[in-house]
Amino acid sequence: FISVEIIRLGNSFYIDWDRKMYYPLNDTPAQARTTTLNEELGQIKYIFSDKTGTLTQNIMCFNKCSINGKSYGDVYDMSGQRIEINENTEKVDFSYNPLADPKFAFYDHSLVEAVKLNDVPTHRFFRLLSLCHTVMPEEKKEGNLVYQAQSPDEGALVTAARNFGFVFRARTPETITVVEMGEIKIYKLLAILDFNNVRKRMSVIVRSPEGDLTLYCKGADTILYELLHPSCNSLKEETTEHLNEFAGEGLRTLVVAYKSLEEDYFQDWIRRHHEASTALEGREDKLSELYEEIEKDLMLLGATAIEDKLQDGVPQTIETLAKANIKIWVLTGDKQETAVNIGYSCNLLNDDMEDVFIIEGSTSDDVLNELRNARKKMKLDSFLDSDEINIQFEKSSKKQIIIPDEQANGVYGLVITGHSLAYALEGNLELELVRTACMCKVVICCRVTPLQKAQVVELVKKYKKAVTLAIGDGANDVSMIKTAHIGVGISGQEGMQAVLSSDFSFAQFRYLQRLLLVHGRWSYIRMCKFLKYFFYKNFAFTLVHFWYGFFSGFSAQTVYDEWFITLYNLVYTSLPVLGMSLFDQDVDDRWSMLFPQLYVPGQQNLYFNKVVFVKCMLQGIYSSLILFFIPYGAMYNTMRSDGKAIADYQSFALMAQTCLLIVVSVQIGLDTSYWTVVNQFFIWGSLSVYFAITFTMYSDGMYLIFTASFPFIGTARNTLSQPNVWLAIFLSITLCVLPVVGFRFLKAQLKPTPSDKVLLKIKEAKKRPPPPSPKRRLRRTSTRRSGYAFSHQHGFGALIMSGRNMRPKSPFATTGTFSPNSDKYKHKGL
Amino acid sequence: MKNKTNFLPKEGEAQPSRCPDNSAFKQQRLPAWKPQLTIASVLSSFFLTGAFCLTVGICLVLSANSVREIQIDYSDKCSDCSKLRENSSNWNKECHCSVNFTLKDGILGDVFMYYGLQNFYQNHRRYVTSRSDAQLLGRSVNIQRSYCAPFGTYRNGTPMAPCGAIANSMFNDTIDLFYNHNSSVIQVPLLRTGNSWWTDKNVKFRNPDSYNLSSAFAGTARPPYWQKPVYLLDEEDERNNGYVNDDFIIWMRVSAFATFRNLYRRVRRVRHFAEGLPAGNYTFHISYNFPVTRFKGRKHVILSTVVWSGGSNPFLGIAYLVSGTAATLTGFVIAGIHFKLRKKKTYFQKQ
Repeated sequence: FISVEIIRLGNSFYIDWDRKMYYPLNDTPAQARTTTLNEELGQIKYIFSDKTGTLTQNIMCFNKCSINGKSYGDVYDMSGQRIEINENTEKVDFSYNPLADPKFAFYDHSLVEAVKLNDVPTHRFFRLLSLCHTVMPEEKKEGNLVYQAQSPDEGALVTAARNFGFVFRARTPETITVVEMGEIKIYKLLAILDFNNVRKRMSVIVRSPEGDLTLYCKGADTILYELLHPSCNSLKEETTEHLNEFAGEGLRTLVVAYKSLEEDYFQDWIRRHHEASTALEGREDKLSELYEEIEKDLMLLGATAIEDKLQDGVPQTIETLAKANIKIWVLTGDKQETAVNIGYSCNLLNDDMEDVFIIEGSTSDDVLNELRNARKKMKLDSFLDSDEINIQFEKSSKKQIIIPDEQANGVYGLVITGHSLAYALEGNLELELVRTACMCKVVICCRVTPLQKAQVVELVKKYKKAVTLAIGDGANDVSMIKTAHIGVGISGQEGMQAVLSSDFSFAQFRYLQRLLLVHGRWSYIRMCKFLKYFFYKNFAFTLVHFWYGFFSGFSAQTVYDEWFITLYNLVYTSLPVLGMSLFDQDVDDRWSMLFPQLYVPGQQNLYFNKVVFVKCMLQGIYSSLILFFIPYGAMYNTMRSDGKAIADYQSFALMAQTCLLIVVSVQIGLDTSYWTVVNQFFIWGSLSVYFAITFTMYSDGMYLIFTASFPFIGTARNTLSQPNVWLAIFLSITLCVLPVVGFRFLKAQLKPTPSDKVLLKIKEAKKRPPPPSPKRRLRRTSTRRSGYAFSHQHGFGALIMSGRNMRPKSPFATTGTFSPNSDKYKHKGL
Repeated sequence: MKNKTNFLPKEGEAQPSRCPDNSAFKQQRLPAWKPQLTIASVLSSFFLTGAFCLTVGICLVLSANSVREIQIDYSDKCSDCSKLRENSSNWNKECHCSVNFTLKDGILGDVFMYYGLQNFYQNHRRYVTSRSDAQLLGRSVNIQRSYCAPFGTYRNGTPMAPCGAIANSMFNDTIDLFYNHNSSVIQVPLLRTGNSWWTDKNVKFRNPDSYNLSSAFAGTARPPYWQKPVYLLDEEDERNNGYVNDDFIIWMRVSAFATFRNLYRRVRRVRHFAEGLPAGNYTFHISYNFPVTRFKGRKHVILSTVVWSGGSNPFLGIAYLVSGTAATLTGFVIAGIHFKLRKKKTYFQKQ
């Protein structure tokens, strides 16, 4: 079993060495930190993933916008076709603006043209973006602006405005300084109508240097559309179209609007506002009433679309993993909207799903009902008394139960909030949760604590016979990583805790598919092949002695030379099987990525289980019968071609052991599907070593020196020169191997397993030229509108207005940082 | 995207320190031969093996059939002697018996004479190990430390030469063959040497060095079941005496199974017997010493010729014929199944 360790170690080194899992940007290769779990990588059924930093880069970028009914952000070629944006696309030149953030990238030149042409709505749009927010600027050096934003979305919007020439430069409690197209303008900030969960919008009221009073508002489309002035209905339709398009691409959208205010009305309003904000009772209600009063009859300006930048290749990875029948659970601390939004944008949830259940009950009973309803919809049978699992429950009331996999009648998703999860994880609801959740293809848990993450993993481990994998990057994922069978750490931005407690680590989420589908699968298959062969060769070896027992008075006389018995596992058969389990590949990495279905047998542990073991044993028994009775029959009552007797014990031992060794060598050759030079060397080498050692040990010299140890003197010379010995050896090989060949071939023909079918497909595909790389950007056709991009809690408007926090160092650094100048800001495609 | 070119590995530029080597071994891209079970390879392997096995099988059967063999069970025919030998106290009484047989056709070529034993478990583990190879090499060894016990030393400490159960139980019948030619009885000349392996005779067994054999074995005693000491095994031929006696060497090469035959003598092809054994009446004169009734054994004497594939054992030939037939038939079955399936498949594809 030292071989097992060597195989595991070898396969771990392959992970370390894989250049396709090496991330050049921060010089991080993949790392296998434990060497004992490789084959489990090929059996993963559940993946628990963190969101921020794992699926996403936690970077927002301003991607598209719609201004006054015109959509910007896409690039078209001469003939009007939309072009995919990649790293070769020409970027917009912001050099006219000395304060522009050099990291910001935008591709649509027409928007800059519009800005340069002093298009009024465009200017107003960016002015709004530069004014209506709660971002704090920091300018340590002249011209080097750093924004501290409460949410990355806001930061992205302000940065966009900055680059298009509306640079938000500084703020005091009463003023906002903006450099508008190179011209410094100081706006008086009169009020911030802050964000909260109900309003889902925020507004500012400013007085321009010219003295105009304006209210700028941005917010969720559903909310703002209600507040628009009827005159912008036609614009509303066009903008809605754009919004749908943006949302379809998984972007986070916001609608922006403005309103010019009458001086008299505003004075009246601000007085009432002041009263309300100093009221002792019902202050909140009064304020929101006031807000609603003024935020109406807005003029629609347009919409913004922000991309929550996923890590590279995340949607493709998730799609591939889903095809491999791996269930993905996202456990995130984010809000429900954000989590669902990311779920859509990274292809976890999509419109092909029958339904996405949302569990957000706030009492134990609510949660139970919601879970039950979900399950009822997915599989009505599971409530019948005749259902197997229900029967099983009744039988084993309190014992550990393993819930078998249940098949839902479609593809479902489940979203559960942390609050409900707390109830669901309690005693009697546990089972309900597991049964319901495991029927869904995707489960998203939002607002969960690190402890809950671990509890969820524990739950699945407890009730499901499945290998789980947790992947995360931050300290809050450590518990989850440690709980799961296999923990994977993303060595990235959020420090090293996750990596240190993980079993495997790499830099990008997309490497997960290579780790599982290529390395995991290979490791699993290799280990299974090793075990199968290991058991086979030992059954074949040992059982020969059993048969011989019937002919030697059960006296425990060994069939083989004692030296052969010692060296059989140690020398003669160890290297070929090691070579196979280090180099074997049934299909190469490209195909196993293209056909994720090949992963499924691993999950069901089809390559090594009790049935396979019994098959190995039967094959071993059959081989041992052949390996005993053919030499027996060939030697019985016969003589050599020179008349001397041949049926002596030593000749028989030599003949039987030569048969055995050649048969197991041929068998390993049959099992090997990937013959490298090393395999050839090992197999042929082992056979040659066998004959070399045998002839040496049976030589005169060895006998004269070590008389007691090598009594087989001369046997090799005398026996292996006989034609009938070789004929018997050949017959044993034929009889041992040929049925296996026939059986394997017929099995693949008559009862092909799914992976056989895939292999056949691959074989056919190989005849054709290799398929084009499937790395096409996925077009999502979802019509779903994404939620309000501001997913944070109540804003900081009041704080800003009070001026209490106007210190040079921003207090927001703790709540989320957006610094476009930092090195973290990397663009897609790099 | 802006600094993209910096991260592309440029040729000639040093790789970042932690980037794994791009070697075929580390990237698991070693060139390899990927054999697969195709219909062509499977069918050809079955048919080729089948054809080969059938050919070999026919050759083997034909050659095995050409072997002439005469096997005579003399354990019953010498029932008087076998009764006598049941009582071990009669060990020094001689007992002779003779067995007649007739050859209708002469046996041409080299004729080998074997003795066969049945139900004698020479392969029992205790038995197999009960010998001292060092002693048989002519070395002076401490018998008590070898595996020879209980046939190592006598109670008075005299070591047995040779020691061990194998040597002690040595087959000690003597068999002579007589040819009744025109009412005169001619003893068939038999060769008593050259019947063992060269390595055994010249390497594995050696007499102790001394000016003559009896002094070489001074201080030792014969094994309890033996009638004469080891240095009197062949008094006529110095090179066939002591440990290097062919009969002894052959006996010491223990058999793998309970039923076995050992080469005893070869017919010396001179005079009447230059062509082999001519047709006629023959008699075996047997000095019956080896008791077999106690373990329900049988004793045979066998006269046989040999061919390239050995003796008359038809097993290999039949096994080859059977496997050849089976392989060919399976080949046809596989072909049938395959083409039927393919037809079905193309049928479905057309639809």
